[in-house]
Amino acid sequence: MKSIAELEAIKKKVLDSVNLRKEREEGVRVVVGMATCGIAAGARPVMTAFLEEANKRNLSNVVIEQTGCIGMCALEPIVEVYVPGKEKVTYVKMTAEKVAKIVSDHIVNGAPVIEYTVGAQK
Amino acid sequence: MSLYRAHVLICGGTGCTSSGGAKLIDEFEAQLKDAGLENEVKVVKTGCFGLCALGPVVVVYPEGAFYSRVQKEDVKEIVTEHLLKGRIVKRLVYDETLEEGKDTIKSLNEVDFYKKQMRIALRNCGVINPENVEEYIAFDGYKALATAITEMTPQEVIETIKASGLRGRGGGGFPTGLKWEFASKSVNEQKYVCCNADEGDPGAFMDRSILEGDPHSVLEAMAIAGYAIGANQGYIYIRAEYPIAVQRLQIAIDQAKEYGLLGENIFGTDFSFDIGLRLGAGAFVCGEETALMTSIEGHRGEPRPRPPFPAVKGLWGKPTILNNVETYANIPVIINNGAEWFTKIGTEKSKGTKVFALGGKINNTGLVEIPMGTTLREIVEEIGGGVPNGKAFKAAQTGGPSGGCIPASLMDTPIDYDSLISIGSMMGSGGLIVMDEDNCMVDIAKFFLEFTVDESCGKCTPCRIGTKRLLEILEKITKGNGTLEDLDRLELLCNSIKSASLCGLGQTAPNPVLSTLRYFRDEYVAHVVDKKCPAGVCKDLTSYFIVEDKCKGCSACARKCPVGAISGEIKSPFTIDQSKCIKCGACVATCKFNAIIKK
Repeated sequence: MKSIAELEAIKKKVLDSVNLRKEREEGVRVVVGMATCGIAAGARPVMTAFLEEANKRNLSNVVIEQTGCIGMCALEPIVEVYVPGKEKVTYVKMTAEKVAKIVSDHIVNGAPVIEYTVGAQK
Repeated sequence: MSLYRAHVLICGGTGCTSSGGAKLIDEFEAQLKDAGLENEVKVVKTGCFGLCALGPVVVVYPEGAFYSRVQKEDVKEIVTEHLLKGRIVKRLVYDETLEEGKDTIKSLNEVDFYKKQMRIALRNCGVINPENVEEYIAFDGYKALATAITEMTPQEVIETIKASGLRGRGGGGFPTGLKWEFASKSVNEQKYVCCNADEGDPGAFMDRSILEGDPHSVLEAMAIAGYAIGANQGYIYIRAEYPIAVQRLQIAIDQAKEYGLLGENIFGTDFSFDIGLRLGAGAFVCGEETALMTSIEGHRGEPRPRPPFPAVKGLWGKPTILNNVETYANIPVIINNGAEWFTKIGTEKSKGTKVFALGGKINNTGLVEIPMGTTLREIVEEIGGGVPNGKAFKAAQTGGPSGGCIPASLMDTPIDYDSLISIGSMMGSGGLIVMDEDNCMVDIAKFFLEFTVDESCGKCTPCRIGTKRLLEILEKITKGNGTLEDLDRLELLCNSIKSASLCGLGQTAPNPVLSTLRYFRDEYVAHVVDKKCPAGVCKDLTSYFIVEDKCKGCSACARKCPVGAISGEIKSPFTIDQSKCIKCGACVATCKFNAIIKK
């Protein structure tokens, strides 16, 4: 170790990977419905797509969680996105392809993708 | 480095390892692979979470679900339910974190055991992987060393530690900054920094847990100390009985060297520092500083008179500082957060926190770190969850064989160095053993005396012979042959040993006797005058009887008795032949009608 900058570089590199273990209030939570209905409808590829996308973009402030049945099994896979201070946004009939747009528009730029939400259904 | 959506933290401390934690890591990895989750979920082996009574402990983030007493068979359920489907396995979650009627769990910080704790020395235990220096760096590791050697002068480092009010956590409570200052003022080409990891008090395991859970914090602090006093070499003296701690320290030293955090020209400065491990054979006396250094030098571990103090003439006759593991673990945080931050924690003369190893008759056996000034009542009743089986609290023993017993009447004493000494105990390294109504205080004093008699190195007479004579008097009392004069003799001998012994071992060895005499004299008197042991522990003073009214004559006890001391007719009360009874208590455990009593 020859300089403090080197130490900082390691810290920055590793911090994202351990952030999960810190008690935190802020940050975006992506919750994927992973009950039998969700999994049967294809929730797993959706969740892995979120993970890959977050990895690709180096997003450190996002947690990807699972939950049980959200209740609208017909609309699974369902994903809920919680941005601090904003109302929860519920996306339905998710596919892995839709994920990239949600990450870029909603999570990164703060503009929910209305066309994928539960309100846009029917 | 890829992002995982969940982390499974498995305690790899000695407590959880011995309750089966080591098997869990492989099992989790295998089950995750089966479920195809190995790239989403990371398994991390950490240090101690503190709640050893509930081990093996597994914590799953981001939810922070705290699973207790996890067995190998439970792993599959956690993987398929929690990690695959996101449903927390409530059956296995620590019940204090469950909220009635809700699907969510409480944060650990809201649980009684953790609520009043403040983790400074234990900050990374149970959070990071101790075998990965990068995780330590991510949690501000080695930042304090960088700040100290690139932005501060050695004198500024010493001033910061002095201003923080940090006192030695190994027992004596000597101001750490002052110790460093003495060593820095000693002029010599060669100086040494030593770490006392020879934790020997029965029931104390905080140093082990720090070394197992966060070894780099100690290495970093030793390097800071080296910079402050002008030393380039450090030694950690650790007992070989701590294999996991030794292994993790060695890994940590190797990694620190590989990253250039130890070695030549650290952070591009001209400061160089190296650390070596020295294993002790587990002699209690080697926790005494002069004996410890003698042992590092390769001689038999025996103390020598002070002065000269180690700061003037220590290891190989060179100026040396010697601090305890927990003391070192506080140093990086003080440098990072400043002395003023530290002085706001604790009491006027005892700053910061102290780690205690809770043991004995208490529900939450484990490791707790509390701000100085927390009362014994808070520790025992709130954090420790009280005494099990509805028994009454009788006393708490702090400071191990050098400390004393605190009776129930003094439970509201704030715990700090000075108040503990004023009530006849001492902080010691932080073992805290809780005793209930079933413990005999004379027997407790005898237990600790047996320990010191064994561990006395024999160099000085007051300790070698004095403690032996003390033990003999105690044995006489517990056998029912004591007299009231013996109690006075005990006291006189205690005071002589205290004032005449060479080192701390002998000087404090009589404390368990003195403090029990002070607070539980009536129990001694009961042994001596009434020839009774009120708690029913001392075998020679207790007998077992069958209560006629309660005995149904089922003969269960007679069949269980290993010496055939119980006899009688079926369906009529049985009797115990006192001349044959060996007082093993097997009959009491067998009787379904509570008909057998101990008097």
